[in-house]
Amino acid sequence: MARVYVGGVGLTKVGRHFDKGLIDLAAEAAFKAIDEAGVEPEALVVGNMMSSSLQHQDNLGAYIANGIGLRGIPAFKVEAACGSGGAAVHAAFNMVKSGVYNAVLVVGVEKMTDYPTAVVTEALAQAADAEYELFYGASFTGLNALMMRYYMEKYQVSRREMSYWPVMMHKNAVANPYAQIRREIKLEDVERSQVVADPIRLLDSSPIGDGAAAVLLVSENIASKLTEKPVVEVAGSAMATDTVELSNRESLDAMPAAAQAAKKAYKMAGVEPRDIDVIEIHDAFTINAIILLEELGFAPRGQAAKQLAEGRFAPGDKPTANPSGGLKARGHPVGATGVYQVAEIVMQLRGDFPGVKVDKAEIGLTANIGGDGSSLIIHVLRRV
Amino acid sequence: MRLSPAQIWRTRIPRYRLLGKECKKCGRRHYPPRPACPYCGSRELVEVELPRTGVIESFTVIYTVMEGFKDRAPLIIATVKLDDGTRVVAPITDAEPEDVRTGMRVEAVLRRIRDDGSYGLIGYGTAFRPTILVHKTS
Repeated sequence: MARVYVGGVGLTKVGRHFDKGLIDLAAEAAFKAIDEAGVEPEALVVGNMMSSSLQHQDNLGAYIANGIGLRGIPAFKVEAACGSGGAAVHAAFNMVKSGVYNAVLVVGVEKMTDYPTAVVTEALAQAADAEYELFYGASFTGLNALMMRYYMEKYQVSRREMSYWPVMMHKNAVANPYAQIRREIKLEDVERSQVVADPIRLLDSSPIGDGAAAVLLVSENIASKLTEKPVVEVAGSAMATDTVELSNRESLDAMPAAAQAAKKAYKMAGVEPRDIDVIEIHDAFTINAIILLEELGFAPRGQAAKQLAEGRFAPGDKPTANPSGGLKARGHPVGATGVYQVAEIVMQLRGDFPGVKVDKAEIGLTANIGGDGSSLIIHVLRRV
Repeated sequence: MRLSPAQIWRTRIPRYRLLGKECKKCGRRHYPPRPACPYCGSRELVEVELPRTGVIESFTVIYTVMEGFKDRAPLIIATVKLDDGTRVVAPITDAEPEDVRTGMRVEAVLRRIRDDGSYGLIGYGTAFRPTILVHKTS
């Protein structure tokens, strides 16, 4: 089967871009990726969750493609809630791997700051089951809070142990020029921050922000002509799903779809967890990161928070977790996040990430969650 | 969330009477009812009215509520493990946030859940309340 490479990447800073619409944000990221590769895309896949519920904009593939000067090319949107970006990369990966396309642009884009928090909270809750969860007022944060309380009680994990993750994320983000929040916080700040949905506090949660990220996936014959920067291969790309409704999950302390997708991606890439130097994982809430570290094989069940409290996964450790600052501090423009993660890992492997660098990183992983564990997209990237 | 008369009608039995399904192949029950077993994929299912009592498995108190719930905040949402082991996600009612505990026994009650202001529709559903009344000491 054909191999798939990353020809170029582009990011916008995550933040409150009141002066930019979906097309403006997409253009900023897409132009960087296209110019870096010097290759014209043959197709566009857009990763986005809420253009329909917030911007009242559908038909997003054609809207973005023709809005950014790619008139006429095939284009469509991929939606998997907060996993939309990762799912878009997965779709584009398969388009290039199949041999049908040689250059597919992925743009993840989301605008969340046009409306007040209560409106955005309802739009985000559409990731859950509309008739049996959203109907009852179970917000997305609320559903994750159900998982967090269950996890903490089952494994006797303290509030203090959970607080190390957001502190590390904020520290990592300080050096990242694309991050939404570049400010260090203390453990006490997390524990004193406002309760959003008990036990989730404000500083356990990713902020609301706008942003766009782009990656240009190319075939081997195009990649072989790229000489400007080291080339990164998408060595593994896999997705798995679970029930959208929390009621029919096997357990509240697990995300089996993560383990399922990771197993496939590891096999495709021929790697094991211990080979991986750097990871960018989905931490919309602290509990997501904790469960992912366990499902992906980096920590035993019930131990991830305790290991973080002992300093594990910090810069210098293998793997280093979320040198970007993660969703917590880099920000989480939901449908763009999965593309941010892939672009950040590509830059880490090339050695040109402008924030916390992971020295001599050769293999990286991204884990993007849609819903509270119902869509899981894993990518393994390797420096060639 | 816009409510629709057809959707309220379609979901009334599962929402009001906790109608779930039991798989004839693997024996497991699930809620809300699906056309195939979420655990084993079998299409051989029978409808079953689930027990109306159970225990709180996990819960949250939501302070940042979504549109339509501002006058009801804070909102208590729980996963309830019914007496047959089936899990449901539902609001906890007739209790203060500080009284709610995991492991607490609860029973199902019919409650007004949300209104659609623009169309005047009212959505009813199942909430759970503690089986023993909790009295405030202060």
